[in-house]
Amino acid sequence: MGEMQELSTFWFVTFGAVKVVAVFTVVMAVVAYMTLAERRVSAFIQDRLGPNRVGPFGLLQPIADGIKNIIKEETMPGTAAKFYFVLGPALAIMPAVVTFAVIPFAAPLPTPVGTVDMIVADVPIGILYILALSSLAVYGIVLSGWASNNKYAFLGGLRASAQMISYEVALGLSVIAVLLLAGNVTLTEMVWKQQQLGLWFVFPLSLAFIFFLISALAETNRLPFDMPEAESELITGYHTEYSAMKFSMFFIAEYAHVVTASALMATLFFGGWDIPFWPGDDMFRHEGAWIRGFDESGAPIPTSPSVLITLLTLAAFSAKTGFFLLLYIWIRWTLPRFRYDQVMHLGWKVLLPAALAYIMLIAGTMLVLDQLGVAYGMLYGLVLTAVSGVTTLAFLFFVDRDRVISGAHRKRTTRASAARPAAGPAGRTTSS
Amino acid sequence: MTDILFILFAVVAVGGAVGVVVGRSPVASLLFMVATLASVAGIYVLFEAHFLAAIQVLVYAGAIMVLFLFVIMLLNLGHDYRADLRYGSWSLLSLVVVGLTAGVLMQGFSGDTGAALLENGATVAAAIDAAVIEKGAVGVIADPLFTDYVVAFELMGLLLLVAIVAAVVLAKPRGAGEG
Repeated sequence: MGEMQELSTFWFVTFGAVKVVAVFTVVMAVVAYMTLAERRVSAFIQDRLGPNRVGPFGLLQPIADGIKNIIKEETMPGTAAKFYFVLGPALAIMPAVVTFAVIPFAAPLPTPVGTVDMIVADVPIGILYILALSSLAVYGIVLSGWASNNKYAFLGGLRASAQMISYEVALGLSVIAVLLLAGNVTLTEMVWKQQQLGLWFVFPLSLAFIFFLISALAETNRLPFDMPEAESELITGYHTEYSAMKFSMFFIAEYAHVVTASALMATLFFGGWDIPFWPGDDMFRHEGAWIRGFDESGAPIPTSPSVLITLLTLAAFSAKTGFFLLLYIWIRWTLPRFRYDQVMHLGWKVLLPAALAYIMLIAGTMLVLDQLGVAYGMLYGLVLTAVSGVTTLAFLFFVDRDRVISGAHRKRTTRASAARPAAGPAGRTTSS
Repeated sequence: MTDILFILFAVVAVGGAVGVVVGRSPVASLLFMVATLASVAGIYVLFEAHFLAAIQVLVYAGAIMVLFLFVIMLLNLGHDYRADLRYGSWSLLSLVVVGLTAGVLMQGFSGDTGAALLENGATVAAAIDAAVIEKGAVGVIADPLFTDYVVAFELMGLLLLVAIVAAVVLAKPRGAGEG
């Protein structure tokens, strides 16, 4: 079995086109239904009902919203820079919808004409493609803020550019830890390496995952990092002047970024489409054949793709991505918004040095393990898990001690509690 | 197909470069520059230099140009720009420089030298292809960078650090430096 049949050019192009259309449609559908999920979950969290009138459980609400947004009036502020005002939403949505292309979403699918990779484009630079394109997303936001010729929108745009540049650094550095352990930048290989390690990267690289989660929240402008929109301060920031479908495009872009970030977290840290505790789904292209791993002597163990495994792994990937989508909503309706200087403080003075130190630690541990001749496998992963676990606990302890992120409320209570002993017990000792 | 894409990217790159110079508002110039950088990245992809393309977009288009835009917006240069436009002898000098550069390039890529370059290029390309298969798209650049050229690489980093320190010193208000 193990041998694989390569697709001819005709079928490669055909399947490529089908995958592009299918993935785009699915991502857009998930985006539409995530708006509904967000409203329903927020209603659940706040003990309300949420939209439940259009269709069963409100399931047709996104369609109704879509129709509403298309037929609403498009407003154009008289003082806006017209060309850039229209260009803004287009630039915002473009990077959001193309980044999903390099994420593998299932095990390869066998067909009569050859095996089809379940990824739109397996480009050799993998994760760098996502980082590069998502770094362009800020143009749409900044330009629309500037072109609106409105002070609130302008401030929103400025905040967006400062925030995205700051957290891109932390995001990149947290990915470097993954690159060190995976040894390559393509996402297909990262899934394979996690299968070989026998551990999802979230365990050996727990701190990197925390950094990635925080930075991804900041990069997608979601609460508690939605400084560019901050309703209570900036009306709605950069899209204050937008209406109808142009306004909707910013929302589609934001949710598409959330979907990609969730899928990315699932792939980088939770094994991608890997099904836990079952080596049967492990699959990788090795010297022109499908293999499941290497036996004791280092010889490859052949395997063959099957439709059932593809469907099961697709379900696993969807479940993991779905969990992170829910987590995004959950965080949004649980945490309050940071103050702007706190966001900058966290990005530059906490995450950046901590991520750099963590990379040194992980690289050092890996060097020691390699020098000791520990093979890439369970033991290797467990040692890194122990090291990362201790570091993560230390980091959380440090961050949680009120020194790094201290809200106004906590400051007042500490000052009050510091003032009380001076008047209370201290006064008593002097009197006695 | 590749030729059509190359011509498309090349036209956008050159058109964008012209746009940067003749663009009236700073924001327009900046967007033209982003278009040029993105097209050059596209040309890199056509040459199968994927890593270079990603870094081009990530560093230049995604970080440096965003900072430019940030500065333009922060100083609010986009709206009342006509007073900043300058013409005169500088534009004449720029024409001379462009002409000289074009001449040198044409000298380099035409005739015998061009043919030699093409012939040499084929062998170099084969060597690069072999290296990419062995080390991956990133390793093929990272490996020499951190072994053969590590001193130059670190010195370059030091140079940038000096520039950053200088910028901080210049930006500091007078009198705040002491103590």
